[in-house]
Amino acid sequence: MGDMTLEQVTENYYDVLKELGNIGAGNAMTALAQMLQCKVDMKVPQVKLLEFSDVGDMMGGEEQIMAGVFLGVEGDITGSMMFMVEEESARHLIQKITMGMLPQGAEFEEMGLSAMKELGNIITGAYLNSLSTLTNLKIYPTPPALTVDMAGSILSVPAIQFGIFGDKILLIQSQFYDEVELDGYFILIPDLESYAKILTALGLPVV
Amino acid sequence: MSEIIKVGMADLKTCLSPDGLTTLGLGSCVGIAIRDPMTKVGGLAHIMLPDSTTIKNGYQNIAKFADTGIVELVAQMEKLGAKRSRMVAKIAGGATMFAFQGQSSIMGQVGQRNVDATKAILKEMNIPLLAEDTGANYGRTVIFYPETGEFHIRAVGKQESII
Repeated sequence: MGDMTLEQVTENYYDVLKELGNIGAGNAMTALAQMLQCKVDMKVPQVKLLEFSDVGDMMGGEEQIMAGVFLGVEGDITGSMMFMVEEESARHLIQKITMGMLPQGAEFEEMGLSAMKELGNIITGAYLNSLSTLTNLKIYPTPPALTVDMAGSILSVPAIQFGIFGDKILLIQSQFYDEVELDGYFILIPDLESYAKILTALGLPVV
Repeated sequence: MSEIIKVGMADLKTCLSPDGLTTLGLGSCVGIAIRDPMTKVGGLAHIMLPDSTTIKNGYQNIAKFADTGIVELVAQMEKLGAKRSRMVAKIAGGATMFAFQGQSSIMGQVGQRNVDATKAILKEMNIPLLAEDTGANYGRTVIFYPETGEFHIRAVGKQESII
Protein backbone atom coordinates (compact mmCIF):
# COMPACT_ATOMS: atom_id res chain seq x y z
CA MET A 1 0.00 0.00 0.00
CA GLY A 2 3.00 2.21 0.23
CA ASP A 3 3.22 1.93 -3.53
CA MET A 4 0.10 3.87 -4.34
CA THR A 5 0.65 6.63 -6.82
CA LEU A 6 -1.06 9.96 -6.75
CA GLU A 7 -2.99 9.13 -9.90
CA GLN A 8 -4.48 6.00 -8.37
CA VAL A 9 -5.46 7.87 -5.27
CA THR A 10 -7.29 10.51 -7.20
CA GLU A 11 -9.50 7.95 -8.91
CA ASN A 12 -10.86 6.46 -5.70
CA TYR A 13 -10.31 9.39 -3.44
CA TYR A 14 -13.61 11.19 -3.69
CA ASP A 15 -15.86 8.13 -3.59
CA VAL A 16 -14.53 7.01 -0.25
CA LEU A 17 -14.56 10.49 1.27
CA LYS A 18 -18.15 10.81 0.14
CA GLU A 19 -19.31 7.72 1.96
CA LEU A 20 -17.41 8.60 5.11
CA GLY A 21 -18.89 12.07 4.96
CA ASN A 22 -22.44 10.79 4.90
CA ILE A 23 -21.92 8.71 7.99
CA GLY A 24 -19.96 11.33 9.87
CA ALA A 25 -22.44 14.12 9.28
CA GLY A 26 -25.27 11.98 10.67
CA ASN A 27 -23.38 11.35 13.87
CA ALA A 28 -22.40 14.98 14.21
CA MET A 29 -26.04 16.06 14.02
CA THR A 30 -26.97 13.61 16.76
CA ALA A 31 -24.28 15.16 18.96
CA LEU A 32 -25.60 18.61 18.17
CA ALA A 33 -29.13 17.62 19.18
CA GLN A 34 -27.85 16.30 22.50
CA MET A 35 -25.89 19.43 23.19
CA LEU A 36 -28.72 21.80 22.33
CA GLN A 37 -31.17 19.51 24.08
CA CYS A 38 -33.67 19.79 21.33
CA LYS A 39 -34.73 17.84 18.30
CA VAL A 40 -32.53 18.54 15.32
CA ASP A 41 -33.81 17.31 11.99
CA MET A 42 -31.47 16.93 9.11
CA LYS A 43 -31.74 16.35 5.40
CA VAL A 44 -29.68 13.71 3.68
CA PRO A 45 -26.26 15.35 3.41
CA GLN A 46 -25.33 16.48 -0.05
CA VAL A 47 -21.90 15.62 -1.22
CA LYS A 48 -20.48 18.05 -3.72
CA LEU A 49 -17.35 17.81 -5.77
CA LEU A 50 -16.61 21.33 -6.94
CA GLU A 51 -14.15 23.17 -9.12
CA PHE A 52 -12.22 25.70 -7.06
CA SER A 53 -13.80 28.54 -9.01
CA ASP A 54 -17.33 27.38 -8.04
CA VAL A 55 -16.66 26.89 -4.35
CA GLY A 56 -17.69 30.36 -3.24
CA ASP A 57 -20.95 30.34 -5.14
CA MET A 58 -22.48 27.43 -3.28
CA MET A 59 -22.08 29.07 0.12
CA GLY A 60 -23.77 32.31 -0.82
CA GLY A 61 -20.71 33.85 -2.42
CA GLU A 62 -17.03 34.15 -1.53
CA GLU A 63 -17.77 37.17 0.65
CA GLN A 64 -20.48 35.47 2.72
CA ILE A 65 -19.29 35.76 6.30
CA MET A 66 -18.97 32.36 7.95
CA ALA A 67 -17.63 30.79 11.10
CA GLY A 68 -15.09 28.06 10.39
CA VAL A 69 -13.70 25.56 12.87
CA PHE A 70 -10.52 23.88 11.70
CA LEU A 71 -8.65 21.06 13.43
CA GLY A 72 -5.94 18.60 12.75
CA VAL A 73 -6.38 14.82 12.79
CA GLU A 74 -3.77 12.57 14.37
CA GLY A 75 -3.41 8.92 15.31
CA ASP A 76 -3.49 6.06 12.81
CA ILE A 77 -4.47 8.54 10.12
CA THR A 78 -3.42 12.16 9.74
CA GLY A 79 -4.97 15.11 8.01
CA SER A 80 -7.39 17.86 8.90
CA MET A 81 -11.06 18.63 9.04
CA MET A 82 -13.27 21.71 8.93
CA PHE A 83 -16.80 22.60 9.92
CA MET A 84 -18.38 25.80 8.61
CA VAL A 85 -21.68 27.58 9.22
CA GLU A 86 -23.01 30.85 7.86
CA GLU A 87 -22.86 33.94 10.04
CA GLU A 88 -26.56 33.96 10.92
CA SER A 89 -26.56 30.25 11.71
CA ALA A 90 -23.48 30.70 13.87
CA ARG A 91 -25.12 33.54 15.81
CA HIS A 92 -28.21 31.41 16.34
CA LEU A 93 -26.19 28.43 17.56
CA ILE A 94 -24.11 30.61 19.89
CA GLN A 95 -27.25 32.16 21.40
CA LYS A 96 -28.71 28.74 21.86
CA ILE A 97 -25.70 27.15 23.48
CA THR A 98 -25.11 30.10 25.84
CA MET A 99 -28.83 30.05 26.68
CA GLY A 100 -29.38 33.74 25.98
CA MET A 101 -26.63 34.97 28.29
CA LEU A 102 -25.10 37.06 25.54
CA PRO A 103 -26.63 40.32 24.35
CA GLN A 104 -27.80 40.33 20.72
CA GLY A 105 -24.92 41.25 18.46
CA ALA A 106 -22.24 40.15 20.92
CA GLU A 107 -22.09 36.61 19.56
CA PHE A 108 -18.67 37.04 17.98
CA GLU A 109 -17.01 38.46 21.06
CA GLU A 110 -14.74 36.36 23.22
CA MET A 111 -17.32 34.29 25.05
CA GLY A 112 -19.45 33.61 22.00
CA LEU A 113 -16.45 32.57 19.95
CA SER A 114 -15.33 30.27 22.72
CA ALA A 115 -18.79 28.66 22.75
CA MET A 116 -18.72 28.28 18.96
CA LYS A 117 -15.30 26.68 19.15
CA GLU A 118 -16.55 24.19 21.70
CA LEU A 119 -19.60 23.42 19.60
CA GLY A 120 -17.35 22.86 16.58
CA ASN A 121 -15.14 20.66 18.71
CA ILE A 122 -18.05 18.46 19.77
CA ILE A 123 -19.62 17.97 16.37
CA THR A 124 -16.35 17.39 14.56
CA GLY A 125 -15.44 15.00 17.37
CA ALA A 126 -18.65 13.04 16.77
CA TYR A 127 -17.91 13.04 13.06
CA LEU A 128 -14.43 11.65 13.59
CA ASN A 129 -15.67 9.15 16.18
CA SER A 130 -17.99 7.55 13.68
CA LEU A 131 -15.14 7.36 11.23
CA SER A 132 -12.97 5.77 13.88
CA THR A 133 -15.64 3.19 14.79
CA LEU A 134 -16.21 2.35 11.16
CA THR A 135 -12.56 1.83 10.29
CA ASN A 136 -11.31 0.64 13.67
CA LEU A 137 -8.51 3.17 13.34
CA LYS A 138 -7.37 5.46 16.15
CA ILE A 139 -8.29 9.01 15.25
CA TYR A 140 -7.57 11.93 17.55
CA PRO A 141 -8.59 15.50 16.82
CA THR A 142 -6.19 18.29 17.78
CA PRO A 143 -7.62 21.33 19.60
CA PRO A 144 -9.68 23.38 17.16
CA ALA A 145 -9.00 26.84 15.81
CA LEU A 146 -11.85 29.17 14.90
CA THR A 147 -12.16 32.12 12.58
CA VAL A 148 -15.04 34.30 11.41
CA ASP A 149 -14.29 35.68 7.97
CA MET A 150 -15.22 35.56 4.28
CA ALA A 151 -16.18 32.09 2.99
CA GLY A 152 -13.58 32.25 0.24
CA SER A 153 -10.74 33.01 2.59
CA ILE A 154 -11.70 30.26 5.06
CA LEU A 155 -12.12 27.77 2.22
CA SER A 156 -8.71 28.61 0.83
CA VAL A 157 -7.25 26.47 3.62
CA PRO A 158 -8.89 23.13 2.66
CA ALA A 159 -8.82 24.10 -1.02
CA ILE A 160 -5.05 24.39 -0.90
CA GLN A 161 -4.84 20.94 0.67
CA PHE A 162 -7.06 19.48 -2.04
CA GLY A 163 -5.05 21.45 -4.58
CA ILE A 164 -2.10 19.21 -3.88
CA PHE A 165 -4.12 16.23 -5.21
CA GLY A 166 -6.07 17.80 -8.02
CA ASP A 167 -8.31 20.60 -9.12
CA LYS A 168 -11.44 19.90 -7.12
CA ILE A 169 -12.67 20.13 -3.55
CA LEU A 170 -15.12 17.80 -1.83
CA LEU A 171 -17.71 19.32 0.52
CA ILE A 172 -20.40 17.64 2.59
CA GLN A 173 -23.31 20.02 2.90
CA SER A 174 -25.54 19.17 5.81
CA GLN A 175 -28.77 21.11 6.22
CA PHE A 176 -30.32 20.88 9.63
CA TYR A 177 -33.17 22.48 11.49
CA ASP A 178 -34.10 23.22 15.03
CA GLU A 179 -36.44 26.22 15.02
CA VAL A 180 -34.67 27.74 12.09
CA GLU A 181 -32.99 26.27 9.09
CA LEU A 182 -29.22 26.06 9.36
CA ASP A 183 -26.66 25.17 6.76
CA GLY A 184 -23.50 23.46 7.87
CA TYR A 185 -20.61 22.18 5.82
CA PHE A 186 -18.09 19.49 6.65
CA ILE A 187 -14.80 19.04 4.90
CA LEU A 188 -12.55 16.08 5.70
CA ILE A 189 -9.05 16.03 4.25
CA PRO A 190 -6.93 12.96 5.02
CA ASP A 191 -3.26 13.14 4.07
CA LEU A 192 -2.24 11.03 1.13
CA GLU A 193 -0.72 8.18 3.18
CA SER A 194 -3.82 8.01 5.36
CA TYR A 195 -6.03 7.42 2.40
CA ALA A 196 -4.63 3.95 1.77
CA LYS A 197 -5.03 3.13 5.46
CA ILE A 198 -8.70 4.11 5.37
CA LEU A 199 -9.31 2.00 2.26
CA THR A 200 -7.60 -1.00 3.80
CA ALA A 201 -9.46 -0.59 7.08
CA LEU A 202 -12.75 -0.54 5.19
CA GLY A 203 -11.80 -3.75 3.41
CA LEU A 204 -11.54 -2.06 0.06
CA PRO A 205 -8.86 -2.96 -2.43
CA VAL A 206 -5.99 -0.52 -2.47
CA VAL A 207 -5.00 0.31 -6.07
CA MET B 1 -19.49 51.15 -19.67
CA SER B 2 -16.61 49.56 -17.89
CA GLU B 3 -17.01 46.26 -16.16
CA ILE B 4 -15.28 44.42 -13.35
CA ILE B 5 -14.23 40.95 -14.37
CA LYS B 6 -14.25 38.26 -11.69
CA VAL B 7 -11.29 35.98 -11.17
CA GLY B 8 -12.01 32.73 -9.29
CA MET B 9 -9.81 30.65 -7.02
CA ALA B 10 -6.91 29.12 -8.99
CA ASP B 11 -7.82 31.31 -11.95
CA LEU B 12 -6.36 34.22 -13.93
CA LYS B 13 -7.81 36.89 -16.22
CA THR B 14 -6.65 39.88 -18.22
CA CYS B 15 -8.42 43.07 -19.22
CA LEU B 16 -8.01 46.43 -20.91
CA SER B 17 -8.77 49.75 -19.23
CA PRO B 18 -11.38 50.98 -18.33
CA ASP B 19 -12.37 47.47 -17.23
CA GLY B 20 -11.17 46.21 -13.88
CA LEU B 21 -10.48 42.85 -12.27
CA THR B 22 -11.55 41.45 -8.92
CA THR B 23 -11.07 38.34 -6.83
CA LEU B 24 -13.10 37.73 -3.68
CA GLY B 25 -12.11 36.28 -0.34
CA LEU B 26 -8.37 35.68 -0.68
CA GLY B 27 -7.20 33.69 2.32
CA SER B 28 -3.86 31.92 2.22
CA CYS B 29 -3.97 32.31 -1.56
CA VAL B 30 -2.20 35.27 -3.17
CA GLY B 31 -3.70 37.74 -5.65
CA ILE B 32 -1.15 39.09 -8.12
CA ALA B 33 -2.10 42.21 -10.07
CA ILE B 34 0.14 43.17 -12.99
CA ARG B 35 -0.20 46.24 -15.21
CA ASP B 36 1.48 47.85 -18.17
CA PRO B 37 0.99 51.58 -17.47
CA MET B 38 1.51 52.52 -21.14
CA THR B 39 -1.10 50.27 -22.78
CA LYS B 40 -3.19 49.99 -19.58
CA VAL B 41 -3.40 46.25 -20.02
CA GLY B 42 -4.03 44.58 -16.66
CA GLY B 43 -3.96 41.06 -15.32
CA LEU B 44 -4.94 39.38 -12.06
CA ALA B 45 -4.04 35.87 -10.91
CA HIS B 46 -5.36 34.06 -7.81
CA ILE B 47 -2.77 31.41 -6.98
CA MET B 48 -3.09 28.71 -4.29
CA LEU B 49 0.26 26.98 -4.07
CA PRO B 50 3.85 28.18 -4.38
CA ASP B 51 5.49 25.72 -6.72
CA SER B 52 4.26 23.45 -9.52
CA THR B 53 7.49 21.46 -9.66
CA THR B 54 6.96 19.82 -6.26
CA ILE B 55 3.53 18.48 -7.23
CA LYS B 56 3.44 15.36 -9.35
CA ASN B 57 -0.27 15.27 -9.93
CA GLY B 58 -2.94 17.93 -10.26
CA TYR B 59 -1.01 19.83 -12.86
CA GLN B 60 -4.02 20.42 -15.11
CA ASN B 61 -4.61 23.95 -13.91
CA ILE B 62 -1.57 26.15 -14.36
CA ALA B 63 -3.29 29.12 -12.70
CA LYS B 64 -3.09 27.23 -9.41
CA PHE B 65 0.64 27.78 -8.87
CA ALA B 66 2.70 30.94 -8.38
CA ASP B 67 5.37 29.91 -10.87
CA THR B 68 3.21 28.72 -13.79
CA GLY B 69 0.39 31.16 -13.04
CA ILE B 70 2.48 34.33 -13.22
CA VAL B 71 4.26 33.19 -16.40
CA GLU B 72 0.89 32.49 -18.04
CA LEU B 73 -0.60 35.80 -16.86
CA VAL B 74 2.31 37.74 -18.36
CA ALA B 75 2.05 35.78 -21.62
CA GLN B 76 -1.68 36.55 -21.91
CA MET B 77 -1.03 40.23 -21.21
CA GLU B 78 1.62 40.33 -23.92
CA LYS B 79 -0.98 39.02 -26.37
CA LEU B 80 -3.06 42.10 -25.54
CA GLY B 81 -0.15 44.37 -26.37
CA ALA B 82 1.54 44.76 -22.99
CA LYS B 83 5.34 44.86 -22.82
CA ARG B 84 7.14 42.88 -20.14
CA SER B 85 9.73 45.62 -19.66
CA ARG B 86 7.02 48.08 -18.58
CA MET B 87 5.08 45.76 -16.30
CA VAL B 88 4.68 46.48 -12.59
CA ALA B 89 3.00 44.34 -9.90
CA LYS B 90 1.08 44.61 -6.65
CA ILE B 91 0.14 41.65 -4.46
CA ALA B 92 -2.25 40.84 -1.60
CA GLY B 93 -3.25 37.82 0.47
CA GLY B 94 -1.10 35.04 1.90
CA ALA B 95 -2.82 35.13 5.29
CA THR B 96 -2.57 32.46 7.96
CA MET B 97 -6.29 31.92 8.53
CA PHE B 98 -6.00 29.58 11.51
CA ALA B 99 -3.51 29.96 14.31
CA PHE B 100 -2.21 26.40 14.29
CA GLN B 101 -2.11 26.06 10.53
CA GLY B 102 1.64 26.47 10.67
CA GLN B 103 2.12 23.22 12.56
CA SER B 104 0.88 20.90 9.83
CA SER B 105 3.55 19.72 7.44
CA ILE B 106 1.57 20.21 4.24
CA MET B 107 0.09 23.49 5.29
CA GLY B 108 3.21 24.77 7.03
CA GLN B 109 2.99 28.51 6.51
CA VAL B 110 1.52 28.07 3.05
CA GLY B 111 0.37 31.69 2.99
CA GLN B 112 3.87 32.97 3.60
CA ARG B 113 5.33 30.46 1.17
CA ASN B 114 2.90 31.66 -1.49
CA VAL B 115 4.02 35.24 -0.89
CA ASP B 116 7.71 34.31 -0.99
CA ALA B 117 7.32 32.27 -4.17
CA THR B 118 5.36 35.08 -5.83
CA LYS B 119 8.06 37.61 -5.02
CA ALA B 120 10.78 35.28 -6.28
CA ILE B 121 9.02 34.73 -9.62
CA LEU B 122 8.35 38.45 -10.10
CA LYS B 123 12.01 39.18 -9.40
CA GLU B 124 13.11 36.48 -11.81
CA MET B 125 10.91 38.02 -14.50
CA ASN B 126 12.16 41.54 -13.70
CA ILE B 127 8.70 42.81 -12.82
CA PRO B 128 9.00 45.40 -10.01
CA LEU B 129 6.75 44.85 -6.98
CA LEU B 130 5.31 48.28 -6.17
CA ALA B 131 3.21 47.43 -3.13
CA GLU B 132 1.86 44.56 -1.07
CA ASP B 133 -0.71 43.84 1.64
CA THR B 134 0.10 40.33 2.76
CA GLY B 135 0.22 38.06 5.79
CA ALA B 136 -1.78 38.55 9.02
CA ASN B 137 -4.81 36.37 9.79
CA TYR B 138 -7.76 37.69 7.81
CA GLY B 139 -9.28 37.30 4.35
CA ARG B 140 -9.12 39.98 1.66
CA THR B 141 -11.19 40.93 -1.37
CA VAL B 142 -9.26 42.87 -4.02
CA ILE B 143 -10.25 45.03 -6.99
CA PHE B 144 -7.65 46.12 -9.53
CA TYR B 145 -7.98 49.05 -11.92
CA PRO B 146 -5.40 48.96 -14.73
CA GLU B 147 -6.35 52.54 -15.69
CA THR B 148 -4.74 53.97 -12.55
CA GLY B 149 -2.99 50.93 -11.10
CA GLU B 150 -5.04 51.26 -7.94
CA PHE B 151 -5.39 48.02 -6.00
CA HIS B 152 -8.34 48.22 -3.60
CA ILE B 153 -8.38 45.87 -0.63
CA ARG B 154 -11.40 45.06 1.53
CA ALA B 155 -11.50 42.96 4.69
CA VAL B 156 -14.22 42.15 7.20
CA GLY B 157 -14.51 44.87 9.84
CA LYS B 158 -11.81 47.03 8.27
CA GLN B 159 -11.81 50.13 6.13
CA GLU B 160 -11.13 49.67 2.45
CA SER B 161 -7.51 50.47 1.66
CA ILE B 162 -5.84 51.35 -1.62
CA ILE B 163 -2.28 50.38 -2.38
